[in-house]
Order: sequence, then structure tokens, then C-alpha cells
Amino acid sequence: MFADYTTSELMSIFAMQGFSGLILFSVFVLMALGLAIIFGQMGVINMAHGEFMILGAYVTYLTSNVFSEYMPALFGGYFFVAMILAFIAAGALGMLVEWAMIRHLYHRPLDTLLATWGLSLILQQLYRTIFGAREVGVTLPDWLMGSVQITDIIEVPINGIFVMTLAVGISVLIAALMYRSRWGIQVRSVVQNRPMAGAVGINTARVDRLTFGLGCGIAGVAGSAFTMIGSTGPTSGQLYIVDTFLVVVFGGAASLLGTIASAFTISQAQSTMEFFLSGSMAKVLTLLFVVFILMLRPQGLFSLKVRR
Amino acid sequence: MLNVSDYRVSYGQSNIISGMNFSVAPNEIVAVMGRNGMGKTTLMKSLMGVIPSESGSVTLDGTEVSGMKSYQRVESGFGFVPQGRMIFSSMTVKENIETGLTTTNSRHVPRDLYDMFPVLLEMRNRRGGNLSGGQQQQLAIARALASNPKMLLLDEPTEGIQPSIIRDMARTLKEIRDQRGLSIVVSEQVLSFALDIADRILVIEKGEIVHEELRSNVDEAKVASYLSV
Repeated sequence: MFADYTTSELMSIFAMQGFSGLILFSVFVLMALGLAIIFGQMGVINMAHGEFMILGAYVTYLTSNVFSEYMPALFGGYFFVAMILAFIAAGALGMLVEWAMIRHLYHRPLDTLLATWGLSLILQQLYRTIFGAREVGVTLPDWLMGSVQITDIIEVPINGIFVMTLAVGISVLIAALMYRSRWGIQVRSVVQNRPMAGAVGINTARVDRLTFGLGCGIAGVAGSAFTMIGSTGPTSGQLYIVDTFLVVVFGGAASLLGTIASAFTISQAQSTMEFFLSGSMAKVLTLLFVVFILMLRPQGLFSLKVRR
Repeated sequence: MLNVSDYRVSYGQSNIISGMNFSVAPNEIVAVMGRNGMGKTTLMKSLMGVIPSESGSVTLDGTEVSGMKSYQRVESGFGFVPQGRMIFSSMTVKENIETGLTTTNSRHVPRDLYDMFPVLLEMRNRRGGNLSGGQQQQLAIARALASNPKMLLLDEPTEGIQPSIIRDMARTLKEIRDQRGLSIVVSEQVLSFALDIADRILVIEKGEIVHEELRSNVDEAKVASYLSV
């Protein structure tokens, strides 16, 4: 399959596919970070994670409409406002869901699976009713359009660079929050042993709610970024949820670094193979690879070595 | 200081603690003794709010705590060292102690905790799970002390710990009591440890106090007879 291309063409293809892999990587990281907190840290299987992301995408869509309607002069900056609104909307919905549903199910993982799956169906229908079944897209502001020409053949889209910067920024922020702040210590202790965390003076109910809200909020930001590379429909979240779980499980459930490493591996493998093979073949090979690695290392790529 | 009256705890239909009454004076160390399954751990856990009580009242310094959540009880002055230590094994020693600082306003581990347990200073960046049993016990005590409790509850602190360290622990606990002026309730099966540390000994059987004695005039043989099967 490589025979049809010259060496320099091949190099360029690898570079460009590598870069589009990086964009996919960024979206995976944003999606998976939220899930790494909710599933990896809290142990809640949230099947509605994709729908929280889509909520962020719809909020971005609404914000862009409001900006182009009422303040076209500021249209270039709408994205930053949209991201904050997406975070707040998805986070608030997440906290509501935690209060109404999840907190009763912490000891029943299988019931959580069903309950959140039901929630995802409800949300999908809600989006269909409010926004219609047709997919919507947003107009990108001018400064995000176009691409940077690096060599004759290689060019890199600006919105891709923006998504990547966003993913890196949010990863750093989350890592600092989890491992450098007092709040992070509280989250990690609640996750390890909820009754004991209460008995050292931590308000576990509040920590749980904020943690779940944070995870959902990050999904909202991911959805916001998602509007730049794809259009948004009621069921768009479903396409990504399996990939996202795959990333988190492959990375090792409790490790943020593992999540990032596994997002990188999966997205690069997928993107590079997609160019030479068909999309579904690329997916099959990626899945086989992940299954094989997980057979050798059931705990995922990265795991903590502690006496149990 | 601590006042427990007409206290009942049950798991569903089975009554574990039935109408218990006792009190602990300021600066006093009370050992609760009894064989397995007599309700020691249940008593400790329910005093800490980890499991709910059915009826009765628990007051600490006059504040009724029986309806409070665990973290509120810590705020009002309880500290808890559970059976099996239950330290957060994937977090470092320093982070483990910091979890205990939640109800206080300080951000840094107070110096005197490290002075009391120098081994924890040495190992502060190791993961808690990689410590030995005795070190984990010290960590669990330091974590409980970080919230500046008035009333420290220890559930079988000697479980799985070598005899020489048990003697050290009795000395340390008494030092802590003298330095900080707190009261301690410790549940125990090891009579020698209880005699080492306690001012008063309570023996419970089937959730009721069947025997109570001051350390100064304790009848060792009698207490031992309650503990033997």
C-alpha cells in the first residue's frame, strides 16, 4: 500500500495524518478527562457522558447565534464565552443528576449503568425536541479559519491548533487541581474510602457532587471544542462514548497520565491507518490492538504500585 | 465530656448495642473490652456516625451529635482511628495527614505531629499503602490528631502489631493525652495494653456493659475471665 507514493510524499502524509491524529487526540483527551474523573476516580459508569458533551456543543451553537444576531462586532470572541457557558451548563446539569440519581447508586455500579443509559436516551430526545433532529453547525470566527502552510505539501488547520492548546491547558489545570490542591486531596480520599473520608472530617456528599459536576463540565467544554471539527446532532455523543471509555480503560482507570498516553496511542493509530485502509478496518485493528494489550495488562497502561 | 445514654444500634432486626449508658471525663482514657462480636466496633463506628444509631443520645461537651454526619462530628471534636487503620493507600503519607486538616484552617501539617511520629516525617513522600502495619497505625493516629480532636476514638489499635510497638503505642497515647488534654476511648482485646493505658475499663458483652472498674483497683483475673471464651 505504500508503493504508490514517493518517500517525500509518504513523509508528508505521515506528518499530516499525524497532525490530524493530534486533533482527534485533543478531542479524546477533553472527552476522556471528564470521564477519567467520573469513571476513573469515582467509579461511576456514566453512559450519558456523550450527552453532556453534546449539551456543551448546543450551548456553543446558541451562543454563536446570539453573538451573530445581537453583537456581530464581538463575534470573534464568542468562543471563549461559549466555553465558559458550556462548562457551567453541563456542570450544573451534572450536579443535578448527581443529586437526583447517582448519589443513591454509588454501591450499585450495574444499576448506575442502566440509569445513566436511560438518562442518555432522555437527553437525546430532549435535544431532538428542542433543537430538531437535523444536525447543526456553528460558523467559526475568521481568526479560526484557514490553515498554516508549513511546507509545500504539509498544512495545518488553525482550529486544530486551537483545540490542541485547549486540551493541553485543561489537562494541566485538572492535574494541578487533582494533585496540588486541597480539594484534590479530598476528592482522592473520598474516592478511595468514602466512610473513612467522612470520619476524618471531609463532607463527602459535597465533594462527590462537585467532582461529578466538574467531570460533566469538562465534557461540556469538550463539546464546545467539538463544534469546531464536526456538526452537532442529538445523537452525536453516542459516536464518541465508546471511544472515550476505551481510552480511559486502556489508560488505567485511576491515572490521568495514563488517560493522556492512551488517548495519544489510540488516536494516532486510528488516524494514520485511516488514510491507508478504510475507516472501519482502522477501527478493527485499533480495537484488536487494545484488546491484546489489555489481556497482557488488565490494569491498563499506567497503574499505581501499592500494597493492597 | 462524652455522655452516652440509652444508646441503641441495630443492623436491621438484630440489636447490636442495646441501651448502653456511659460517660467519659475530660482527660480520661477509657478502654472498652470484650470478645469478638460483642459490639465494640459497632459502638465505635456509630459514635463516629459511620453507621447510624437507632435511638438514645450522644453528647460531646454538651452538644448533641447523634443526628450528625461523620464530618460534622469531626468538626465538633471527634477523632477516629478505625480498626484495620484504613489509611488512604494510594496517597502519600503527607497527603494522608492533610486529609485530617480539612476541618481546620491550616494548610500545613503541624510540626508537633511529626515530632510525635518522626518516622512519618522521614516517609512523608511515600505512598501510605507501602508502609508497614505499625507505621500505618502511627499514620492513622496522626491523621486523626490533625483535626485537633477533644475526643479520640481508637478501634483495636493493637491488631496485627508486634508487642514492642504495642508498648510504645501505649506510651505515645498517654503522652498525647497529657500534651493535648484530650479524652480517649479505646476498644481492645489485649488486656495488657488496656491495663497499660486506661484509667478505667468497661467490659461489654452482647451490647451491654457488664463490668466496670477503675484501673487503680482492677481485678485482672475477673476482666480476663470475661475475655476468655
